[in-house]
Amino acid sequence: MIARLAILLCVLALPLRAEEIVADLSQNRIAITANFDGSEILIFGAIKRQSPIDTSNPLSVIVAISGPDEPLTVRRKSRALGIWINTAAVNVDRAPSFYAVSTTGPLRTVLTDTEDLRRKITIRRVIRSVGAPQNIMDPANFSEALIRLRERNQLYQLNEGGVSFADQTLFRSSVRLPSNLVEGIYTTRIFLTRDGHVVSSYTTSLDVQKVGLERWIFNLAHHQPLYYGLLSILIAVVAGWGASTVFRYIRG
Amino acid sequence: MQVYLPIAEVSVNVFLLLGLGGIVGVLSGMFGVGGGFLITPLLFFIGIPPAVAVATGTNQIVASSFSAVLAHLKRKTVDLKMGAVLLAGGLIGAALGVKLFAALKAIGQVDLLVQLSYVGFLGVIGLLMFVESLRAIRRARKPGGHIQRKSHTWIHALPLKVKFRTSGLYLSVIPPLVVGALVGVLSAIMGVGGGFIMVPAMIYLLGMPTKVVVGTSLFQIIFVTGFSTIMHAITDYSVDMALALFLLLGGVIGAQIGARMGARLKAEQLRILLAILVLAVCGKLALDLLIQPSELYSITAMEMHG
Repeated sequence: MIARLAILLCVLALPLRAEEIVADLSQNRIAITANFDGSEILIFGAIKRQSPIDTSNPLSVIVAISGPDEPLTVRRKSRALGIWINTAAVNVDRAPSFYAVSTTGPLRTVLTDTEDLRRKITIRRVIRSVGAPQNIMDPANFSEALIRLRERNQLYQLNEGGVSFADQTLFRSSVRLPSNLVEGIYTTRIFLTRDGHVVSSYTTSLDVQKVGLERWIFNLAHHQPLYYGLLSILIAVVAGWGASTVFRYIRG
Repeated sequence: MQVYLPIAEVSVNVFLLLGLGGIVGVLSGMFGVGGGFLITPLLFFIGIPPAVAVATGTNQIVASSFSAVLAHLKRKTVDLKMGAVLLAGGLIGAALGVKLFAALKAIGQVDLLVQLSYVGFLGVIGLLMFVESLRAIRRARKPGGHIQRKSHTWIHALPLKVKFRTSGLYLSVIPPLVVGALVGVLSAIMGVGGGFIMVPAMIYLLGMPTKVVVGTSLFQIIFVTGFSTIMHAITDYSVDMALALFLLLGGVIGAQIGARMGARLKAEQLRILLAILVLAVCGKLALDLLIQPSELYSITAMEMHG
């Protein structure tokens, strides 16, 4: 990390645009092993500038990490004939499997609505739902429910004040990745804002991959499903026979 | 100790899985039910995605049923001939059930129908068994009271009679085929193994002795769940081998214990316990439907074909 910081500082010396982000992650790859129990990722960087710091109009930093997108169905129960059953469903075309936003201050002050709409920074702007069925009057409630449920599982996070920003130059933030992480390419976007407007942005990716036994099982299940099914049954039969033999042996 | 499950893509506690598998295994060995009704909701509860929970549950049931059947075979309480006939009927029924399910789905509101009929079915079976076994226990306590004789009915007049030696029956193959088919249809529609329905059907409709019923039911459950494990693996890749491994390690041990516990109980005691279990599951399902859930919304992976 020190080496990376050194490179960063060298880059800082080069002349470029007015204010620009230079950043990196503590690791570019996360390996999901059999005992994977979540991980923590550190995002750090600095602001490269040629002119003196404009102290009258301070900068803010927003960090957004997004997991692979997936299509979903959100269902809602309601009472029909006295019992509670799923009566309405809305398809969400694209929702990230993981999404974390960290900022230097309250979101309302660091980002304007128009900028959020354009850049799709907060989770509400990222989730894309093309059209609810005609009979559903309140599609917004479904995406709100999706966000609420995922926030409960730590899959969607909003951490206002989660980015520390020293002397308007150096920033750092750490994001907790939960244990129920899906593999794929995670995109990290960093935005530098002034008066709620984005003045610079930076994008990097993080590769989350299953490795070892996890990888082997996953590949077998997807590439050789019949053998995988047969192997699963073989394991079941052998375990069943093993337990029976052991118990017979114990009883004499 | 946590383990990350490669297909379910969540991290769970190993001892929790061993414990869950063990409890279901005990019930399986004791009553001859697969335990899918129990393992699937428990897996949902600890955060396993529904599709993976259903598919992996079937794999664990293969293991615990196989373990328990070996224990029953040793005591000669498995009627292999009867099991094979029931299984043949079951396969025909399952094929019909899949078609029927598709037809119901086309009409719509199939979820409601399935849930209501499931609750109704469990309630009726549970109550009938409870009342019957309570009477049997009272009768057994009364000195001089004699066990009711099996009466000759129209069932015994049917052709294609076969000797089922282990069950002590001389019966036409038609009733077991029909019972197997009906259970097959129901299990295809309701997505359950059918042990719950099969066990009472064998006791009351076919007149098999309770002790033989448990082992025979487990025998045919091995094949039904084995088949559905492979189907799930091929069609939606939802069997999680790592999850199954921990569940079945607990399950096979539990099944051995359950089979031994069951052997110590009297037939009517076994029936009354099973009746209570059936009623408890029915009550739980009924409450889920009647009480307003704290969270009305739920998320599922999108159905591509829907």
